[in-house]
Order: sequence, then structure tokens, then C-alpha cells
Amino acid sequence: MTRTRPLRTVGSVVALVLAVAWAFPVYWMINSSFQSAATISKLEPTFSPFGGSTANYAAVLGDSGFVGALRMSLVVTAIALVVCIVVAFLGALAISRFRFRGRKSLVVAVILVQMLPAEAMFIAQYKMISGLGLLNTIAGVSIIYVAMVVPFTMWMLRGFVAGVPADLEEAAMIDGCSRFGAFMRITFPLLAPGLVASGVFAFLQVWNEFALASILLTSDATETLPLWLRNFSQSSAFGQIEWGQVMAASTLVAVPVIIFFLVVQSRMTKGMVGGAVKG
Amino acid sequence: MSTIAPAPAAAAQRAPEPPGRRRRRSPLPYWLSIPAVLVLIAGMGYPLVWQVWNSFREYGLAQQFGQDPTFVGLDNYIQLLTDTGFWAVLAKSIVFMAVTALATMALGIGVALLMKAIHGWARVVLQIALLLAWAMPIVAQMTVWNWLINARNGVINHLLSLLPGVDMIGHNWLVEPLSFFAVASVIITWASVPFVALSVYAGLTQVSDEVLEASSLDGATGFQQLRLIIMPILRPVLVILLLLQMIWDLRVYAQIELLQGFGARGSKYDLLGTYIYSLGVGQGKFGVAAAAAMLVMLFTIALSWVYVRELLKEDKS
Repeated sequence: MTRTRPLRTVGSVVALVLAVAWAFPVYWMINSSFQSAATISKLEPTFSPFGGSTANYAAVLGDSGFVGALRMSLVVTAIALVVCIVVAFLGALAISRFRFRGRKSLVVAVILVQMLPAEAMFIAQYKMISGLGLLNTIAGVSIIYVAMVVPFTMWMLRGFVAGVPADLEEAAMIDGCSRFGAFMRITFPLLAPGLVASGVFAFLQVWNEFALASILLTSDATETLPLWLRNFSQSSAFGQIEWGQVMAASTLVAVPVIIFFLVVQSRMTKGMVGGAVKG
Repeated sequence: MSTIAPAPAAAAQRAPEPPGRRRRRSPLPYWLSIPAVLVLIAGMGYPLVWQVWNSFREYGLAQQFGQDPTFVGLDNYIQLLTDTGFWAVLAKSIVFMAVTALATMALGIGVALLMKAIHGWARVVLQIALLLAWAMPIVAQMTVWNWLINARNGVINHLLSLLPGVDMIGHNWLVEPLSFFAVASVIITWASVPFVALSVYAGLTQVSDEVLEASSLDGATGFQQLRLIIMPILRPVLVILLLLQMIWDLRVYAQIELLQGFGARGSKYDLLGTYIYSLGVGQGKFGVAAAAAMLVMLFTIALSWVYVRELLKEDKS
């Protein structure tokens, strides 16, 4: 659009104001995480982290709960991720490479299940897990997490698998590869980026999950990082809240997520509104 | 699991393929889908069947202690629908959803249009800021906002008090229910606008500059361009985004639960998610809670049907 320049400049200024508004909470989290308890409890807020210290981080990393929760989160995420990728990958192959009876019901189920809010099911999932005696166990929460991430991952992988032409595989089979060999040599390497991207999404969903964890994991010994952060920011609520430490803890939880997220976000937008954006 | 109940996902899965189809008859796709079907049955299908079944049964504290649940027909539903408390929570949730979803859409569309009309460097700065907010884990979002709105020395009260004639120092935003929900709505809007803005912006880049230029040579005003050229192209994206926002703003259990933890507990701060939780896990009325969850589920499925249809179209192409 060939519009007048001043309008463009006014727009840019508005954009900067909005950028400050949106980034401010993230900035404030990091800013506060470097301030001492004395600085932070002043009535007048301190707007820059310079001259601060990393004492808050040391305190958080020294908290035994943090290390335990980190371990729990890593274990649960690793289990859920591995199972989810294998299951979703096989399922994606089935729905994108084959036409078979029941395919449509499977596709509808996969899409519909993605839409169901945790609130619509969590009572039933809680009863199922408690009936199996798996409350406060890694197994219990992993079962629910795998079921939670498989549909979206499968849907995303479906797109990647469909993107690799089946002709390539057939050509390799004519040249003497077995079906499996052709798949491993031709299709699988081409799918690697898709598997990584889908894996990162599944990781983010499980790593950040709070609602189901808060219901299925109620003991301190089995809390995941989001639960630990919740308890850490609330347990001190009876006395003086150590805001610096709470913000350092939030930063530690958020920063790895932000980095992973930035790597894959453009695919996320496409994945969710895919067909419609193509226009 | 002791009983594997049939889930809708598995229905008609095993029938043999009729002859004369494009692909040769092969059991391979069935073997490939078995793990996914099993996962869906175990994690979703079984709880779903449990929920449907128990929404028709008396399943309260007595049953927790071993008494057999009895079939009560629609009693749980009737109990809910004649309870003014339930209607109050439902109304609050729907208003909350509508306000938050509309605010998110309006802001998101505005930001996307703005991104189209500004210098490249300003756009990059804005995109980075949006991505930062979008990437924040929910619990971290909530702890940070709780600090921002802190009554004694939170930065928001401080900045507001700089305005002439305003003194907000010491004001607690989480006591008055309306203010509590307004805070939740602001936080959720802040967190959801980036997704909407970036998706709409991606849609806007599909509008060709040549067409816009030609139309302005022919004397179209900016508003006419928006209404007659841009909107028709954006419509499908906007419909899907609005649906997703509505569904997501109905499922705000985590945010409300966390805000209650920071502020005050109590039914006057409940939306559907926390209400169902306190009915079920809190009070042990699992039958009634299952019925309430069923109502939320039916509502969500009705809302998401348009989205499902769109994705099925994509699946065909």
C-alpha cells in the first residue's frame, strides 16, 4: 500500500507501545528475579535489574522440591513423549497412506478428542486412575498424558507423512528394496523434521500441563514443575512472599519453554488453522 | 484395566474392506492404528463411557464407601438444572467466555491490521513481544500477574496511582468477584491475543497488494477495501479462530484455580471447571459432577462441529 509516511510512523509508534505492553510481564518476571528481598519489598518498584544478584536463583536451585519436581517432570515427559511419538507416528501412517474401513471414524475421533476440554473429562479420568490405584504415580499421569497428546501429534504428523510422495517409496521398491527397507531409507529420513517438530509440541503440552496434574498428583513427593511452582508461590503466602525467588522460579520454568517454543511456533500457527489460512 | 468398554473411536474398525477399492486389501493399516486406538480407548474412551454411565447413576459419598451405585435416570441432570447455583455458574462462564473471546478477537484483528501497515522493524519488535507472551507456561503467567497486581507494591497499582487523583496502593484485585473475573479475563486475553494476531496476519499476507492498489486507483476507501476485499479472504480463518477462542475460554480451569489459590477460595469465584471439580473430587458427588461434565462436553462438541468439518475438508484434499 502506498500510504502517506506519517501515518506509517504513527502506526509504528502504536506498535511499539503494544509491544511494551505485551512483553512487560515477561520483562518484569526476569527483572524481579534478580532483585534482593530488600529491594523488592520497597514500595517504589525498581524498573531495571542492574545491580541485582543471582541469589534468588541459588535459593531456588537449592530448594529440594525444585530438584525433585524437575526430575518428576523429566521422567513423565520422557515417557509420555516416547510412547506418544511411536503411537502417533504409526497411526499417522495408517490414516495418510491407506484408505481403509473405519478410517473416517478414526479421523473424526482424533479431531474431536482434541477439542474436548479437560474439564469435560477430568472427573472420569480421576475416577479411572484412582480405581486403578495409580493416583500419585508416574504411570497414572503418563497414561492420561499420552492420551492427551496423541491426537494432536497424530494429526500434525499426518500432514508431514502426506507431504512425502508415496511414489518415491514405490520407486525404491521397484529398484529392489523391500517395503520396510524403502520406508526406512526414503520416507523416514524425509520425515525427521516433522517428527522433531511434533515432538517439541508434545513436549510443550506435557511439560506445561497443570490441570490434570493438579488432580492426579496431590502428594508433594510426586509434583511436577508446574505444581511445584504453584505450591512455591502459594505456600509462602501465609508469611511474606519472597517475590524475587518466586520470579526466579517462574523464569527457570519458563525460559526453556520459551526457547523451544520460538523454534517451532510458525508451524503451530499453520497446524491449527492450516486449511483455512491457505485461502 | 478390568473392563474395556467399546469407544466410538473403535466402532467399525475391524470390518473387512470391500473388493474393488483403490488399495489392495491389506491388514497393515489396522495393525498400524491399533496402538492409537488402544490409547484413545484407555485414556478417553473408557472415561467417556464411565462418565455417560455414571451421569445416570446415584454415585455419592455412600458409594465411595462400597454401597452399589443405583440407576437414577435423569435425576442428576434434573438436580443440576433445578439448582440455581449451577445456572449462576453456567451464566458466569458463558459471559466470561463471550467477553474474553470477543476482546481477544477484536484486539488480535486490530494488531494484525496494524502489523500490515507499519515499518518492517516495528513489526519485528511487535512479533517478538507477542511470541514471548504466547510462549509463557500458564503457571508462570499466573504467578507473574499475581505479582504485577500485588496489593502493596505491585507495579500495576503503582503505575495507576501515578495518574492524578487515583490512589490504588493497597487495592486487592482478587476480593470482589467481578474484579476477580476481570483480572482473569485480562490475563487470558493477554495470553491469547498473540495466537490470533499472528494467525490473522498470516491470513492477511494472502491478500495481494496489486488488488489493493488497483482498488485504490479506482477510488476505494480504506474501509471499503477492508469490507469488500480483505474480509472475504479472512472470513474462514476468523470463524475458526473465534471457535477456538470460545472453546478455550470455556476451559479455564487452570487459570481460575491458580487465581483462587492466590486470592480467595469460594463458590462465588467459580467457573464451570472449578465448579465441576469441587462437586466431584471436593464433595464426592461423582454422579452429579459427571452430569455437569456431560453438559460441558455436549456444549463443546456443538461449538466445535464447524471446526471438525473444516479439518475433515482438509483431510480430503
